[in-house]
Amino acid sequence: MQPTETFFSGFAPHDLWFLGEAALRTLWLSLLAISIGSMIGVVFGWLLSVSRIGGGFVLSPLLDIFRSVPLIIQLVLFYNFAPIIGLRLDAFDAGLIVLIVYTSANVAYVARGGIEAVSQPMRRAARSLGMTYWQDMRYVVWPIGLRAVFPAWVGVALGVMKDSALVSVLGYVELLKASQILITRTQETILILAIAGAFYFALSYPISLYAAHLEDRWNQ
Amino acid sequence: MDYNFHWRPVFKALPDLLQAALLTLEVAAISMILGVLIGLGLSLIRIHMKGPVMWLASIWVELARNTPALLQLFFFGFGLGAFGIHFSPYLIVLMGLTFNNAGYLAENFRGGFGAVPDTQIRAARSLGMTAFQTYTRIVIPQVLRIVYYPMTNQMVWAVLMSSLGMLVGFRELSGETQFFASRTFRIFEYFAVTAVIYYIIVKIILGASRLLAMRLFRY
Amino acid sequence: MIEIRDLHKSFGDLLVLKGIDLDVENGEVLSVIGASGSGKSTLLYCINGLEKIQQGKILVDGIDVHGKDTNLNEVRQNLGMVFQQWNSFPHLTVLENVALSPRIVRKFSREQALEIAEKQLRHVGLGDKLSNYPSALSGGQQQRLAIARALAMEPNYMLFDEATSALDPELVGEVLDTMQLLAEEGMTMICVTHEMSFARGVSDRVAFFHQGVIDEIRPPEELFESPESVHLQKFLSKVK
Repeated sequence: MQPTETFFSGFAPHDLWFLGEAALRTLWLSLLAISIGSMIGVVFGWLLSVSRIGGGFVLSPLLDIFRSVPLIIQLVLFYNFAPIIGLRLDAFDAGLIVLIVYTSANVAYVARGGIEAVSQPMRRAARSLGMTYWQDMRYVVWPIGLRAVFPAWVGVALGVMKDSALVSVLGYVELLKASQILITRTQETILILAIAGAFYFALSYPISLYAAHLEDRWNQ
Repeated sequence: MDYNFHWRPVFKALPDLLQAALLTLEVAAISMILGVLIGLGLSLIRIHMKGPVMWLASIWVELARNTPALLQLFFFGFGLGAFGIHFSPYLIVLMGLTFNNAGYLAENFRGGFGAVPDTQIRAARSLGMTAFQTYTRIVIPQVLRIVYYPMTNQMVWAVLMSSLGMLVGFRELSGETQFFASRTFRIFEYFAVTAVIYYIIVKIILGASRLLAMRLFRY
Repeated sequence: MIEIRDLHKSFGDLLVLKGIDLDVENGEVLSVIGASGSGKSTLLYCINGLEKIQQGKILVDGIDVHGKDTNLNEVRQNLGMVFQQWNSFPHLTVLENVALSPRIVRKFSREQALEIAEKQLRHVGLGDKLSNYPSALSGGQQQRLAIARALAMEPNYMLFDEATSALDPELVGEVLDTMQLLAEEGMTMICVTHEMSFARGVSDRVAFFHQGVIDEIRPPEELFESPESVHLQKFLSKVK
């Protein structure tokens, strides 16, 4: 008689589905956080670059908090703070909001770097051709600045994708949490960790490789 | 809002939390020192060697950079546990952070070595310096300056990453906070104070790094 | 003396030196001129052992530079080299730049090394810059620093690889003056240069390189006044 068999069971094909679904949730969560967070971050970055007082003295220290406190602490704090102010959020919502703010704070500094990478003489040249401020932003600063900081932005985005694993502490069953659940049940620790790792790697490695390739090409 | 904040128990626990913060700093600092040494080795292997040793170094670097730090920590925790190799939570976090630091730093170092012109090496060799002297006296000091700020960032990262220790039962700052919070259910209050402590630690690291840079790099 | 016999050097399929024979006597100043890509800089790198050779022999004071058992680091101490890019070490002060190799290569004590360094720096006119970092120096001063750094090894030979061609025109003079000073003191020198006035005024012999061979080699007044080779005539008409 083997009583453990009812409790533990081997890794079965349908467990792959379970992991696959969880991987999709990781993807969805990351995509939302990266896209929304990046848009907000670009606006923040612009504010940082144009306003010394509003950007430098108010916004910057505020954004800095999100880069100086561990993400996992931010998640736990917000998840427990929301009910206090009467917000009813599930783990996904809370995780998404924290990831968006975290992404935007990091993208803000990247975006500011991009705007500052465009030299003043070049911008003056653009304005001297009769471009408006926004035309200069759209046709000169954006394309040049984007090239300058695109690799850094990819770094931030991939970081958020990997860090989304931390939303598991709120109980959200994304890829890493799903792996933990399966490991507890099947005891196939190495196999499942390898599958989860392979998923993150398969997503992150080609993108970072491509970004490095672009950087090399642009630098020539 | 009918929630009553209770800060008193948190302040009572503050000495314990600060003690744990020292543990956080300790594990981050040691993982950084080891990470720099290993990262330097990995980058030199990737630059100068071919074959299996180079592949292994590359696999280390790419795995560290392209998978979540938490997954790496889990691997050193219950991953190795599956082989019957068990480590204390302290060692699990130390190994996880070192693995991660070394990977990221190796890539920084590789960029740093690339940024020192070959002509510097030629000049040193033409003076009769050996390859080893050229590396230790001419190349590495210049590389260290180039990677100084990335290294500072990595140190900040190491502190932030060490918070994952609470998920493998390590009672550094976050783990200790979790321990107190779960006993009193004052989760928000405890973690808010911990967030402040992390913020201060990070600011101290950045400030100290800036001061050190002023002393080190006068050129 | 430096003896070069049947020297061949190629980079991959590209043959750069196609059989060089050359003797440089002690105390002689030899200028090497020629179009870029004619192999003149490569010659210096081969003499110094910074580039491997495919065929032939280079003897410095009788020692085979490319011999199997030769200690290159020892040979190089005897051959000071100054590059086109001045290559001062940016992380060291001017004094440390010069003192480093006497200390770690020649194993002098710290005090001795600093003494040698200071002497050489005064020699090239940088006595008031000892505690500066190279970034605070002009290109001409950095190039003189490079000369002092090479001299601190007390070499018997100095190799100059287009030492002035990366400099702003107004800084060329101070470096040429320093080189002339060394020549007058009896240093044996091989100078790859584009400065025809230097080649003419300072050197004992001038070698004209053309497509990997020494096309003509004679004392400067003969070579410049009555060039025999057609290639040299063409070259001189262009640089004048």
